[in-house]
Amino acid sequence: MSELDGVPKPEELLKIDYQPPRKGWMDTPVNFKPGTYNYPAASKNHKILELPFPREWSPMEEDWKLPENWKEIVVNGIAERLSKYRSFKVFMDICVRCGACADKCHFFLGSGDPKNMPVLRAELLRSIYRKEFTAAGKVLGKLAGGRELTPTVIKEWFYYFYQCTECRRCSVFCPYGIDTAEITMIGRELLYLLGLGINWALEPAAKCFMTGNHLGVYPHTLKDTLEFFADDIEDITGVRVEIPLNKKGADILFVTPSGDYFADPGTFTCMGYLILFHELGLNYTWSTYASEGGNFGLFTSHEMIKRLNAKIYAEAKRLGVKWILGGECGHMWRVIHQYMDTMNGPADFLQEPVSPITGTKFENAKSTKMVHIMEFTADLIKHNKLKLDPSRNDKLKVTFHDSCNPARAMGIFEEPRYVIRNVCKEFYDMPENTIKEKTFCCAGGAGLGNDENMEMRLRGGLPRGNAVKYVQEKHGVNRLACMCAIDRATLVPLCDYWAPGVQVTGIHEMVANALVLKGEKERETDLRGEPLKELEE
Amino acid sequence: MKFEEILSQHKPALVKKWFHLVLRTYPEETATFLKNENDPFANPVGATIFKGIEDLFDGLIKEGNHKQISSFLDRIIHIRAVQEFTPAQALSFIFMLKKVIRDELKKEFKEKELFDEFLTFESKIDELALAAFNRYVECREKVFELRANEVKNRYSGLVRRLNRIPKTPEEKTKSKSYKK
Repeated sequence: MSELDGVPKPEELLKIDYQPPRKGWMDTPVNFKPGTYNYPAASKNHKILELPFPREWSPMEEDWKLPENWKEIVVNGIAERLSKYRSFKVFMDICVRCGACADKCHFFLGSGDPKNMPVLRAELLRSIYRKEFTAAGKVLGKLAGGRELTPTVIKEWFYYFYQCTECRRCSVFCPYGIDTAEITMIGRELLYLLGLGINWALEPAAKCFMTGNHLGVYPHTLKDTLEFFADDIEDITGVRVEIPLNKKGADILFVTPSGDYFADPGTFTCMGYLILFHELGLNYTWSTYASEGGNFGLFTSHEMIKRLNAKIYAEAKRLGVKWILGGECGHMWRVIHQYMDTMNGPADFLQEPVSPITGTKFENAKSTKMVHIMEFTADLIKHNKLKLDPSRNDKLKVTFHDSCNPARAMGIFEEPRYVIRNVCKEFYDMPENTIKEKTFCCAGGAGLGNDENMEMRLRGGLPRGNAVKYVQEKHGVNRLACMCAIDRATLVPLCDYWAPGVQVTGIHEMVANALVLKGEKERETDLRGEPLKELEE
Repeated sequence: MKFEEILSQHKPALVKKWFHLVLRTYPEETATFLKNENDPFANPVGATIFKGIEDLFDGLIKEGNHKQISSFLDRIIHIRAVQEFTPAQALSFIFMLKKVIRDELKKEFKEKELFDEFLTFESKIDELALAAFNRYVECREKVFELRANEVKNRYSGLVRRLNRIPKTPEEKTKSKSYKK
């Protein structure tokens, strides 16, 4: 027996068929390959949030330790949601499989996996709905697009509902307005009924529930962190900024994602806010409890969104502010804009937001009483209230990534571009079908931005990376600006792989670099501590 | 007619066949999409693969320099290195060019007594495969480097803060945060 036994002979090599086997999607089981799925949520986090069936389990193992009556739980769970959410019922019935959404998902475009076509992702759940809840499906089964609910289906749900970033690009193209993100949300809720969640979403939710923010940062740590930023700012600008914390009677409560004060490069954006507010002399406050704008409840369940978001109005009430200003975050704005009012409102103890600097009434925020910082800053620039020196950003050639939620859930397109154009000289938009309401996701939102899922993130990040690469080659772009804390973390590896040389920045980092402060010293570095003029290598 | 001229003459048909073979490595529904959508931003995978293999084909017949050929390879391999392929499947697209040329032109090369040139050209494809292997491994290493960087980035701010903590009495009197 030679050691080469089992190795194909040259003539056999030529017979290799590279074509994947032809099988229907229902008969193609999921392959859990490291790098393409998310680690399960730790049981301690299920316990903190009082979610059912906490246990340790692994997607790589055959037995997921499902509860004995798992099937009944799922079917009842679907029934409950069909009666509770009219939208879910409509989305289950109305799809005509026209295919308009099929090629719009970044995960499909990057991975080439047909089950990432939004229509097919929805079909994973719809097929069970047909079998269990429609007459045709009950009688005709597969012929009517129905299928049996088996543990294999549950595994498929776990794989594919955590391969959707709930970015809602597909819904822009659906003639019926089917929102696959909402189907994914329901799919995840059903999985949580069986104790199946992912840790990258559930741990932040659990920490948020305990301390107010995703990172579990306690009040004294938040204070320390912001003081450190003040030290850095003083070194760079010569100006000492104040850090108002839990200040009762302030005009404005400022709420931002914890990513801004915890992880680079978001920290530089956070320093940007502090500098801007100082220069304006704004009577505002941070809250050590509403110390998180992000809401990983959105990636868990509707109930969880409500539970975690309640602190924002509660703190606004306790501190007696007039209105709320929100930082550069993505999914936070979907929650604020589309859920907060009805879930946690009415905020009748707050006033309709008015900028104390320009007198502008933010009528769009009349009901929620919460203003996006990009509207606030754009308004300041429009009224000529900021002294800006864009030449301090001369080393930057900037493009802008519309974050999915502010773009598609708020329609905020022009304000960030207006601000960027005023604080730097070179700005180039990416191609039209990759920005604004058609923007491509970073592929790390909705709880998927963890390192174990990196390969899948890179697949999903390909369409965005491809567009960044294009402006990099055409215009020499070296900065990708965004206004979302998740983006500021997830676009870094995305650029590093698909468009190496492009760095990621928040917008208020650039604003603060350009902002001329009263009494400042001559600036030698930007907020990153890097020289203002030449490019870093 | 010289060997390269024959290849050049048949380029559109050969590249098209090569492209279709590469697409067959994807599921059927996906292959149909990758083939039919021409917008490079709506279909980055299809567009990149088509442009990539076309450039590779030119590079092989025009004696392009190694650096250039490597950059053509780069884009396709970047994509296939993170898709649902085994390493062999990811790089199989290179060898498909052999199949295309054998199927289409082997007879003609025999008739025109260009078989030696044909074998030399096949060796060039083999070299291309080795270069592709290098690029593939670099891409995979990059993926793991990115994973490691993610973890480091999470703590880089903390490290900066730690470095700011004054260690000597002089530093303590200087530090504004620690006066309180």
